[in-house]
Amino acid sequence: MKNFLKYREIWLLAGIVVLIGLISTRFPGFADPANLRQVFNDTSILMILALGQMVVILTRSIDLSMASNLCFTGMVVAMLNAAHPAIPIPALIVIALLVGLVLGAINGFLVWRLNIPSIVVTLGTLTIYRGATFVVSGGAWVNADQMSPDFINFQRAALLGLPVLSWIAIIVIALFFLVMTRTQIGRSIYAIGVNPTASVYAGIDVGRTKFIVFCISGMIGGLAGYLWISRYVIASVEVANGYELNIIAACVIGGISIAGGIGSVGGAVLGALFLGIISNALPVINISPFWQMAISGSAIILAVVLNARGERRQGRIILRKAEAA
Amino acid sequence: MTDSPAPRHIPDRLDKPLSSAIFSWEALLVVIAVAIFAVNSFASPYFLDPWSLSDLTFNFTEKGLIALAMALLIISGEIDLSVAAIVALASTMMGMAVQAGASTPMLVAIGIAVGLACGAFNGLLVTRLGLPSIVVTIGTMSLFRGIAFIILGDQAYKGYPESFAFFGQGYVWWVFSFELALFLFAAMVYWFVLHRTSFGRRVFATGNNPVACQFSGVRVDRIKFILFCLTGLMSGIASVLITSRLGSTRPSIAQGYELEAITMVVLGGVSILGGAGSILGVVLAAFIMGLVTFGLGLLNVPGIVMSIFIGLLLIIVIALPIIWRRLREGRFA
Repeated sequence: MKNFLKYREIWLLAGIVVLIGLISTRFPGFADPANLRQVFNDTSILMILALGQMVVILTRSIDLSMASNLCFTGMVVAMLNAAHPAIPIPALIVIALLVGLVLGAINGFLVWRLNIPSIVVTLGTLTIYRGATFVVSGGAWVNADQMSPDFINFQRAALLGLPVLSWIAIIVIALFFLVMTRTQIGRSIYAIGVNPTASVYAGIDVGRTKFIVFCISGMIGGLAGYLWISRYVIASVEVANGYELNIIAACVIGGISIAGGIGSVGGAVLGALFLGIISNALPVINISPFWQMAISGSAIILAVVLNARGERRQGRIILRKAEAA
Repeated sequence: MTDSPAPRHIPDRLDKPLSSAIFSWEALLVVIAVAIFAVNSFASPYFLDPWSLSDLTFNFTEKGLIALAMALLIISGEIDLSVAAIVALASTMMGMAVQAGASTPMLVAIGIAVGLACGAFNGLLVTRLGLPSIVVTIGTMSLFRGIAFIILGDQAYKGYPESFAFFGQGYVWWVFSFELALFLFAAMVYWFVLHRTSFGRRVFATGNNPVACQFSGVRVDRIKFILFCLTGLMSGIASVLITSRLGSTRPSIAQGYELEAITMVVLGGVSILGGAGSILGVVLAAFIMGLVTFGLGLLNVPGIVMSIFIGLLLIIVIALPIIWRRLREGRFA
């Protein structure tokens, strides 16, 4: 039991349960399973994005360009759909993944081959990708009536009681969980974050692994691009403007250390859910949505303060687990 | 921590092999600035007009003021992403003061004081609680702008007094605006502090090796706290200028300025990892960004496309010396 309580995910989960309880006192319907499913579905895109950001942050890097990638890929997919409605949706999703992969690979290449700090690279590509969206679209919007019904309805279709969007999120979470806990690359990502020098001596190619994590975050950005556009049925240059900081906020609240090496798939998912619950709850308990920004800001600061305790000890535990294995 | 060799001296600049006078970072920036200036003069007949050039300076003076303090903060190994949010909160507070009938000197004092208080709050969180500044300031960024949104919602404050307009719209002499004069004055002060005082030396030292600094008797935390306060103070000053220039306050004011200020700092040759950089570089980078945005504006290039140029400029200018060095060492095959 003592071991169990060491995991910060448990504390975060408890915090979320308390939060839902508090909201329920003001609005009893909130804890209703149907409503919680809705909240999960609303948060799906943020959860996926937070997982993509997580693998980058674990390697002591950061990807500020995710929201711009999302915007660019979303626009490309929406324009393709508007021009050629016959392209099936699975093909469009593959295209979105590939476009995102290319954008992520550009970030990764600059970090890997030129050794430019990731914050500088992605600060640059943050503006470049969003600018490129304007160039490909000519500043025009793609509206709901230009998109095919399949494009819009694919993620809304119900499958075993849940919308497809929720299932996509569940599949992505499962994939990340397997990769991070059961594969060599997942182990390498943690190792680089904990101690890059030791990782080199252990035979890990640090640069190549960083390239791979940027490819992953790029693909996630691309996937989220399609999901975002088909959910909010408008593609414009302004899509997800400033959202990169929400993604990082979800990671921080989820206990992922910005110093690298510490964090889990569960943490990222719960961090995103925490933000999703707040944004869903404010309207129903009659708090002005203008409060949301200040509340999530306070939540981030609180999360960092709480996570800072014993972060070093946590890092050693990860190493010890690896040694035992 | 075990066998890393102690640095014999503390470098002021990035990339020692390039730091001969011809290949210094500042020289590269001057060449780029002259090139952009020349291209602009050819591309648009309106560019070389004194008033056009004067208008140009408004593109970078406010962000440049923030970038000066940000440069010191980044050299010391920290970062502040909340500067634009501080601008918004300070502007909102000034707006509230106007509704209460405050005079112009009062407004300026309030703007600067709010900036300073926000900076001190960041500094306390980072130095007292030992938190990573990038995360703390992402949090305070939402918090500060969030408070502005709570106060203002979708409203705007207007009705600033006539005399308040001078700071953002006034001219000191002929085409030289108050904003430009203030920026140049602040640049000189920051240059002196960073490159000619022992405090500046300690800022470099802190960025290079905070642990060694601590053991050498440098109060690392106090230096960082002062730098956070300075960044807040400069954001407060920038807020006064922007509010005065626009004559109104919305909670979305100065959105995205933090990234532009950081771009200026990095473009100016300050190492994002801390420990190296110069004020001259930052000032040149501010001019370059102003030249690019204004020149492209004259050619009717939309703002969002300009941002591509700024982004490319940032990456290329950082990448060039690295590629150049590898070519010389013959290991870029």
